[in-house]
Amino acid sequence: MTARSRWLVLAAVALLATGYFLPLWRVDLIAPQYPEGLGMLIRIDGVDGLKPNDLQSINGLNHYIGMKTIEPESIPELRFMPWILAGLIVAGLAVAALRRRVPLFLYGALLIGVMGVGLWDYWRWGYDYGHDLDHEHAIIKIPGMSYSPPVIGRKKLLNFTATSWPAAGGVALALAGGLVLWASWTSRRRPEAA
Amino acid sequence: MSLLSRSRILFGAGALTVLGLGYACAGRGSGSLAGTAEMAQRVYVAPGEKDELYAFLSGGFGGQLGVYGLPSGRLLRTIPVFSQHAENGYGYNEETKAMLETSYGFVPWDDLHHTALSQTEGDDDGRWIFVNGNNTPRVARIDLATFETTEILEIPNASGNHASPFVTGNTEYIVSSTRFSIPVPNRDVPIDEYKKFFKGQISFITANQPGKMDIAFQLIVPGFNYDLARAGKGPSDGWMFFTSYNSEQASTLLEVNASQNDKDYIAAVNYRAAEACAKAGKGVRAPAEYRHNVFDEFSRVARSERMTSVLQITAAQCPGAIYFLPTPKSPHGADVDPTGEYIVAGGKLATVIPVHSATKMLKAIADRQFEGELEGIPVLKYESTIAGEVKEPGLGPLHTEFDGKGFAYTSMFISSEVVKWNVETREVVDRAPTFYSVGHLMIPGGATRHPYGRYVLAMNKITKDRYLPTGPELTQSAQLYDITGDKMKLLLDFPTQGEPHYANAIDAKKVVDRQVKFYKIAENRHPMVSRSERETGVNREGRTVHVRMTAIRSHFAPDNIEGVQVGDTVLVHVTNLEQDWDVPHGFAILGANTSELLIMPGETRTLRWLPKKPGVYPMYCTDFCSALHQEMQGYIRVSPAGSTVALTANTRRGAQARGSN
Repeated sequence: MTARSRWLVLAAVALLATGYFLPLWRVDLIAPQYPEGLGMLIRIDGVDGLKPNDLQSINGLNHYIGMKTIEPESIPELRFMPWILAGLIVAGLAVAALRRRVPLFLYGALLIGVMGVGLWDYWRWGYDYGHDLDHEHAIIKIPGMSYSPPVIGRKKLLNFTATSWPAAGGVALALAGGLVLWASWTSRRRPEAA
Repeated sequence: MSLLSRSRILFGAGALTVLGLGYACAGRGSGSLAGTAEMAQRVYVAPGEKDELYAFLSGGFGGQLGVYGLPSGRLLRTIPVFSQHAENGYGYNEETKAMLETSYGFVPWDDLHHTALSQTEGDDDGRWIFVNGNNTPRVARIDLATFETTEILEIPNASGNHASPFVTGNTEYIVSSTRFSIPVPNRDVPIDEYKKFFKGQISFITANQPGKMDIAFQLIVPGFNYDLARAGKGPSDGWMFFTSYNSEQASTLLEVNASQNDKDYIAAVNYRAAEACAKAGKGVRAPAEYRHNVFDEFSRVARSERMTSVLQITAAQCPGAIYFLPTPKSPHGADVDPTGEYIVAGGKLATVIPVHSATKMLKAIADRQFEGELEGIPVLKYESTIAGEVKEPGLGPLHTEFDGKGFAYTSMFISSEVVKWNVETREVVDRAPTFYSVGHLMIPGGATRHPYGRYVLAMNKITKDRYLPTGPELTQSAQLYDITGDKMKLLLDFPTQGEPHYANAIDAKKVVDRQVKFYKIAENRHPMVSRSERETGVNREGRTVHVRMTAIRSHFAPDNIEGVQVGDTVLVHVTNLEQDWDVPHGFAILGANTSELLIMPGETRTLRWLPKKPGVYPMYCTDFCSALHQEMQGYIRVSPAGSTVALTANTRRGAQARGSN
C-alpha cells in the first residue's frame, strides 16, 4: 500500500477515536407545548437527554402511548459497542503497521460492515420501541399507529415532529469509513516489483 | 410672597381649589398627547414577543406584590408576601405558614407600600426585591430567581413601618422607620402624654446575605411621624435621608394639628458613623420580641425564629450620627438625584419643592451651622443646606424620580400631574396631567446612579371614570408616560391590583437569566419527600396520619387510602415528581378547611386535613396538567373513630401495602 494510504488509515483511526466522546446520533422532538424542544443524544455507551431532564420527560410522555421506558442500562449494545470500536481502532493501527493491500481492503469492508450493522441495530431498537406497545395499558391508542423515530430524516408522531440526524461522532465515523475506502482506492494496484 | 404667607393661604380649602384649577389648566394645555396609533405602537407587545422591563408594583392593602411587564402593562404574576394567597396555598400550606408568624401570632395580612430592588454599586442588580409591611411592621425579601418571598423580619418598637425598605448602594442595609411613634418600649401610658413617652425609631437591617437579615442597630429618635427615605450616593454616600412630619407631636386630629409648623424635618443619618458606634459597643441591647422567618432553599419549608433583643442607640450616645434638615410642610418623599448631590423633598402642603445640597450639608455640619437641637440631634439652618427651590411646581408635591439626563419628575397629588424640572436650574420645563391624583411615580432605575429612563409610571389614587365601572369598589390604576423627548407623552392606562404605592422596574435582561425553571428532585430535603413512587406510603403516629404521596402526569400515588378515622389529623405530603418547566400539580380534598396546594415540579407541599364525618372523600389535581388531568384523582376512606379498618394505601411497594399502625 502507498504512504498516502497509510496516512489516510491513521487519520481514520483518529476519527474513530472521537467516537468515545462525541455523540453519534441526535434525535430532536418538537411539539406545540415544547417549543424549546426535547432531545436525545446517542453515544457509543449510552443515551443522554439533550437537556438534563429530557430523557425523563420523553419517558414521561411515552407512557401515554404505552411505549417501554428508554433505559440505557437495558440496551446491551451500549455495553459492548465501546469494545467493538476499540477493536476497529486496533485493527486500523495493525493495517497501517502491516502496509499490505489485502488487510487494507478487508479492513475497509469490515468498517463499512460494522457501520451498516450498527445502523440496522439502531433502526431495530427504534422499531421495537415504536411498535412493541403495551396496548392493554396505553392511555392513547390509535389503531395502526406506531411511533418509531426515523433513522435519518423527519417524521410526525402525533403532536411531536421527530428529527433524527448523525451527530458529530456519527459524522466522524462515516468520514473514517470514507478515508479507508479512499486509502483502498489509492492502493488498488499491486505495487511494481522493485 | 414669603413661604409663611403662602402656606397660610393653603389652609383654606377654597384657596386650594382655586390654585388647583389654575395649575390644572396650565398643565393640560402643555402636555400634548401623542396620536392614538403612535401611543398604541409604543406599548404594543406582539403575541410571542416579551416586554422590555419587569415592573414590581406594591399591592398596598392587598399585602402582595404585582409583577407587570412594561411597556404593555400586562400583569404577569402576583407574589404573595404578607397576605395569605389561596391561589397557590402561600400561608395556608404547612410549609409557608411560618412566614406569617409575628410576635402577635399569625398575621395573615399587611399593607405593603414600598419596593426596593437590591443594588450593586448604586445600580439595580436584579437579585432580590425588598418590600415593607406597614401595619404589623415587617420587611421581606423576594428572590427574583423564583419570584417567592424567602425571608420576613419583624421590626420591634416600630408602628406603621412606612419609611421602608429603601436600600443602600451595595445592599448593605435596608431601613425601617416608624410612622406612628409609640412608647418605647411599648407600655400602658396616657395618650395625651405623647411628648413624654412616645418615641420614633429608625432601624438599619443588614440585607446582603439571604436568610440572614438582622437589625444592626435601631436609632431612637424624637416622636415624630417618619415617612419615606432614600440612601445617598456620591457626595452623600454613607447617608440615609428620612422625611418626618408631625414635629408638632400631636396625638389627635393630625390633619390639622400636625400641619401647624412651617417646617418639619429631614433626618439625615450618617449610617457609617452609627455603624461605628454600634461596633464600639455604644448603645444598649434592649429586650425586644420579634420574629425572623426564613424559607429554606432546599427543604422549601419556612421556619420562624423568636428574637429577643435589639441594639438601640440614641443621638446622645453617638454624636454625628444624625442631623435634622428643616424642610417645608410635612414632607413625603426625600429623593436623591443620580449624582448624589441633591436631596429633593416633597412637602405635601408646600408651595415649593425644596432641594438640599449634600456638599452644603456636609460643610454646614463641619461649620456647626446649627439653629438648635432636638433631643440631642443638631438642627441645621435651612439656608445652610438648601441649594434652591422649585417655584410654583404645582400642588401637593409628593415624590421625585430622575431620568439620568438632568431632569427630575415630581408627582403632584393635589393638582394631579407629573411635573418635569431641571435639577440644576430648578426650572419647570413640562407638566402632564394624571387621571387622577398621582401618589408615587416611578422611572425605571430612577433612584439609582444610572437611571434606565424612557418611561415614567404614575400610580394614581383615584380612577373614577377611566375604566368600566365595577360598583362602588373600582380598580386601581397606573399610567405610563414616554419621557424620551422634551415633552412627556401619555401612552397607556392600565389597572393594577391592590393599591400600588411605590414600584420599581428593571431591564428584563437582568432578571430573565436568573430564573429557576423547576426544583431538582435530588436536592429536595423536605423531611416528608417521596423522591419516587416507591418511597410513598402511609403511617400513623397516634392521632396523626402522614400520607407521603407523589404527583406525576396524570396520577397520584397512592390514590386509594383507607383506615383514616374521624378525629385524626391527616397530613398529606405531596411531592411533584415532574422535572420539567411549567408542570405544576394541584391538590385538594373535599371539605378541607384550607386552600389547595399548588406544587411546583420537584417540591413537596403539605395539606392539613381534619376529617369530621365518616365517608369517602375524593381528592384531585386542581392544575390542568395534562390531557388526562381530569383522571388525576383518588379517594380517601374515613371511618368512625376506633374503627378496625387498617391503615392502607395502594403504593408501588406492593399492591395495597399496609402502613404501620
